[in-house]
Amino acid sequence: MKRTVITVVGKDSVGIIARVCTYLANNNINILDISQTIVQGFFNMMMIVDMSGASKDFEKIADELEQVGAEIGVIIKAQHEDIFNMMHRI
Amino acid sequence: MININEVIETNKMIEQEKLDVRTITLGISLLDCADSNLDELNRKIYDKITRIASNLVSTGNRIQKEYGIPIVNKRIAVTPIALVGAAACKSVEDYVSIAKTLDKAAVAVGVNFIGGYSALVSKAMTESDRLLIESIPMALSQTERVCSSVNVGSTKTGIDMNAVKLLGEIILKTAEATKDRDCIGCAKLVVFCNAPDDNPFMAGAFHGVTEGDAVINVGVSGPGVVKKALESVRGADFETLCETIKKTAFKITRVGQLVAREASRLMNIPFGIIDLSLAPTPAIGDSVAEILKEIGLEEVGAPGTTAALALLNDQVKKGGVMASSYVGGLSGAFIPVSEDQGMIDSVEAGALTLEKLEAMTCVCSVGLDMIAIPGDTKATTISGIIADEMAIGMVNQKTTAVRIIPAIGKKAGERVEFGGLLGYAPVMSINRFDCGDFINRGGRIPAPIHSFKN
Repeated sequence: MKRTVITVVGKDSVGIIARVCTYLANNNINILDISQTIVQGFFNMMMIVDMSGASKDFEKIADELEQVGAEIGVIIKAQHEDIFNMMHRI
Repeated sequence: MININEVIETNKMIEQEKLDVRTITLGISLLDCADSNLDELNRKIYDKITRIASNLVSTGNRIQKEYGIPIVNKRIAVTPIALVGAAACKSVEDYVSIAKTLDKAAVAVGVNFIGGYSALVSKAMTESDRLLIESIPMALSQTERVCSSVNVGSTKTGIDMNAVKLLGEIILKTAEATKDRDCIGCAKLVVFCNAPDDNPFMAGAFHGVTEGDAVINVGVSGPGVVKKALESVRGADFETLCETIKKTAFKITRVGQLVAREASRLMNIPFGIIDLSLAPTPAIGDSVAEILKEIGLEEVGAPGTTAALALLNDQVKKGGVMASSYVGGLSGAFIPVSEDQGMIDSVEAGALTLEKLEAMTCVCSVGLDMIAIPGDTKATTISGIIADEMAIGMVNQKTTAVRIIPAIGKKAGERVEFGGLLGYAPVMSINRFDCGDFINRGGRIPAPIHSFKN
């Protein structure tokens, strides 16, 4: 299973998580973990998801998530979790 | 499982501190293209490069998307052309036809530079080596993406002073041939001592004869990340300073290792090495000079600069070797003048001279890099500068290089503009005394003694 990290950064507002989760559910992406924090006044959310059953390929989902972010005024990125594992785990 | 702070840290490095993978360089052996018929040779070279590198750029872009890390350059390095072309090339024009083929192949696969228009002459030149070197001004003025390098010395062989003398003249001719474009030809020509076979960084990249048929080498970068990390330990002692650089270098290199492995897997080409160099760009915040200032220097060139650079270079390596089992290439801090805004500022402030830069090259890769000098500099003086730098490499068993740009029609204090990653460079003044009689002796400098180290 190749897990993906989705990050959402921006000004806090009503419905951000709902919007992202709806998109993920519509595309058959399973959420494994969610955490959030406020850094320097900005809303930071991280989701670890499993895309192995996803209905579209990674590139398409990354682009569409970016689009969802643009619509609600936040920045959404999807990255394979390996980049974080490599950097922070020996 | 990864936590949110780690994710935020990584993305901050990428988004705010300009962490990137500077280059994925695909090395391709052209030895099996050798042919005594020039047209046939050109055809084989073009076919092999375009076949093996066909998906290099798309692979780089795919990795960039999947991991969210910018991969700035996708490049190709080939076997030194003086070897490949020896049987077919009987004139300077013959060699230039190969340069044009390389340029065409680079355009076809979409890479911005292709390195390997090179000759290895650390002891002496063959006739074909000499022809290739003599063709460099024409080759670099008639192509856009071809990079050239010549290895003129090594610790084991000494320095070929005939080649050093010739290259002084060639550098001037290359500047003259490209003077309508701010002498940019010289920015694509490197003279080496102890050149590594697996360097992924341009302009000095070539695919060494000790390498396999094709290999993926990756150069990481991130001076901005190191600078930012050091901001948090201002005033702390050297141990803390060193620890911080090491940890940061580890993290940067791990990203390179991931990208290299993934590129190797997707292209089905073996992974060679990670080059640990800290490579600056002209962008603000992407500067090695700013790290040196953060360590505690008012300007680069101030007393203490060489020590600070030695420390930085060593800690980057110590952190990096832990992160990847295969480290190679140049692996050190680059100190080009034109590609680093902080270095340019220090030159323009009068803090940094050519002589101090030469001292700095004793403790770091790679050498006198991207330095503009007055256009009326004599060829023998350029050869003298090259000889000095080669001697440093030879005696200290390290790679050194000279990439120097005589700015035709310009004097010290003026500027040359290259644009893009190459940036601009202030023309630096050089020592006005003559070394013609030294350079004109001919022959070679013997290899140094390997004991009695003092």
